[in-house]
Amino acid sequence: MLWNSLLLAWRSIRRNLLRSFLTVLGIVIGVSAVITMVTLGQGATRAVQDQIAGLGSNLLQVRPGQRLGAGMGAAGAPAFAEADVQAIATQLGGIRAVAPEVRRGVTVVYAARNWSTSVTGTTNAYFETSNWRLAAGRKFEEHEERAGAAVCVIGATVRRELFGAADPLGLQIRVKDFSCEVIGLLASKGQGAFGMDQDDMILLPLRTVQRRVAGSTRVNTLLVSMKEGSDAESVKANLTQLLRERRHLAEGEDDNFNVLDTRQIAETLSGTTRIMTTLLGAVAAVSLLVGGIGIMNIMLVSVTERTREIGVRLAIGALEREVLLQFLIEAVVLAALGGLVGVALAAIASVVLAQVMGVPFLFNAGINLLALGFSAAIGVIFGYFPARRAAQLDPIEALRHE
Amino acid sequence: MPLISLRGVTKVYGAGQAALRALDGVDLDIEAGGFVAIMGPSGSGKSTAMNIIGCLDTPTAGEYLFRDVHVERLTRDKRARLRRLHLGFVFQGFNLLARTSALENVELPLVYRGEGASARHATARAALESVGLTGWEHHTPGELSGGQQQRVAIARALVTQPSVLLADEPTGNLDTQRGREIMELIARLNSERGITVLMVTHESDMAAYAHRIVRFVDGRVAADTTNPHPVEPPATAGAA
Repeated sequence: MLWNSLLLAWRSIRRNLLRSFLTVLGIVIGVSAVITMVTLGQGATRAVQDQIAGLGSNLLQVRPGQRLGAGMGAAGAPAFAEADVQAIATQLGGIRAVAPEVRRGVTVVYAARNWSTSVTGTTNAYFETSNWRLAAGRKFEEHEERAGAAVCVIGATVRRELFGAADPLGLQIRVKDFSCEVIGLLASKGQGAFGMDQDDMILLPLRTVQRRVAGSTRVNTLLVSMKEGSDAESVKANLTQLLRERRHLAEGEDDNFNVLDTRQIAETLSGTTRIMTTLLGAVAAVSLLVGGIGIMNIMLVSVTERTREIGVRLAIGALEREVLLQFLIEAVVLAALGGLVGVALAAIASVVLAQVMGVPFLFNAGINLLALGFSAAIGVIFGYFPARRAAQLDPIEALRHE
Repeated sequence: MPLISLRGVTKVYGAGQAALRALDGVDLDIEAGGFVAIMGPSGSGKSTAMNIIGCLDTPTAGEYLFRDVHVERLTRDKRARLRRLHLGFVFQGFNLLARTSALENVELPLVYRGEGASARHATARAALESVGLTGWEHHTPGELSGGQQQRVAIARALVTQPSVLLADEPTGNLDTQRGREIMELIARLNSERGITVLMVTHESDMAAYAHRIVRFVDGRVAADTTNPHPVEPPATAGAA
């Protein structure tokens, strides 16, 4: 009986190719839209999370100049000095670490290979403020920091480009016009937000960069990481007060520096991501619904013809359950086919679009199964239940159906 | 015992004031090998009687014995099995499956019987040959004329070797010439294969082929006459 029903279902699919195709198409669109949207949504969410993680947590970034924004640069505002770092570290409570940052673009050379990257002049505190860990080697020695020694800690990308798989520790690379010994290797953080490579960097002692690369003692950025659980607002207020005093700002004068709180950014971005995820989910649900309505329309439009057909089958001696089994198989085959094509299409679309949009591709088995199951259910429900109603009719009524 | 025996068969549609007595105490016996035309005006109950005899419908009251089996006591599935084994149907509107080849249409009852593919093909081809449609096996109903479609329907009814052929206005959708050809085909099946034929019609031209004519009026048998000179089909070509 199963074999016969399979044969009849197959014949029915084949002779109604257009209807079968449209049904499958509805499921394909529903399934692939949902999977693609959710996959991309999760990729984008991950990208934003990476960006937040890359900034470091509980971090205050202090830059000269006024509020960040178009046309409001650091022009006219004095930079910081190394002494500011000492002052903050010793005079401010609730602080875990303070690091200066001087960043410059350079070309580095090893043997016949060269690579354009950026050097960051800082202190060992930078490892704490920016969440860096060492994969191999060591941090700076105190005397190296004090003397501005030619030693460097390199990121994973720089290591790959200059040394390939070889061990770089103890080797000399040329930075701008001086030689520099590689003493450490940073653990990879991977791709940051919006495709930025966080591992493409070299750390040197602050004084080394100031003297040999930047040629000035200015410090562009201060990174202040707060202790877990400390009150960000009060730390920020104390920091501002301290800097105002050190920069001799009179009462009523505007700040000529700004303090950026990464936790605020993180909260803002998290909120945006949540809204985006909800929105994508809603759009995906609508497309699934549209796919479902498409299937329903096709099935209901064909119900008149199918009712007469069922009447004929019953009249020539088909049992009710044989007719039902045939229609069930038909619906399941179409739904399964549409679901599988939809999953395949979604995989291709997700990979391609993730590339184009620069977000990571995260395969999510759950949403694949969910979309597949839901669309299959729609296909089966709208394919099977009208047929069941028809099969329960008297053959005569089914034959008379107009 | 007659092949088909109706005893006081009554069929009521609806209930109360709106109740319609489509059949009102019909007694009718049909012997095996008979060729009976059922005639009557619209609403006389002839189609209802046909549906009950065809085991598609059950009487509200009374008894219907088919081969000594009380059909009115059978379940839906048992009646379906009875149709599958013993009855062949031909309808006014042909009722072939659309976009399906003649061969597959004719095969359909055999699929429900569970016959293997090769036996099914051979039997279906033979049935199409017996209605004169050799060479048309792979045409769909849309590619066939009305007369040819009705021949496919007859082949589908014959393919299971039924003991009774039930034809509900088989010539109703055909012109006179095609109608005659179909009637000759049916008459030959009766005379040459001994298939009992029961046919509903309101054209006396077509009823003239039958050996017995039963007239229905208002749900009762008003006249039951033997046709002394039925139209004889011309000698056959190709009927097995």
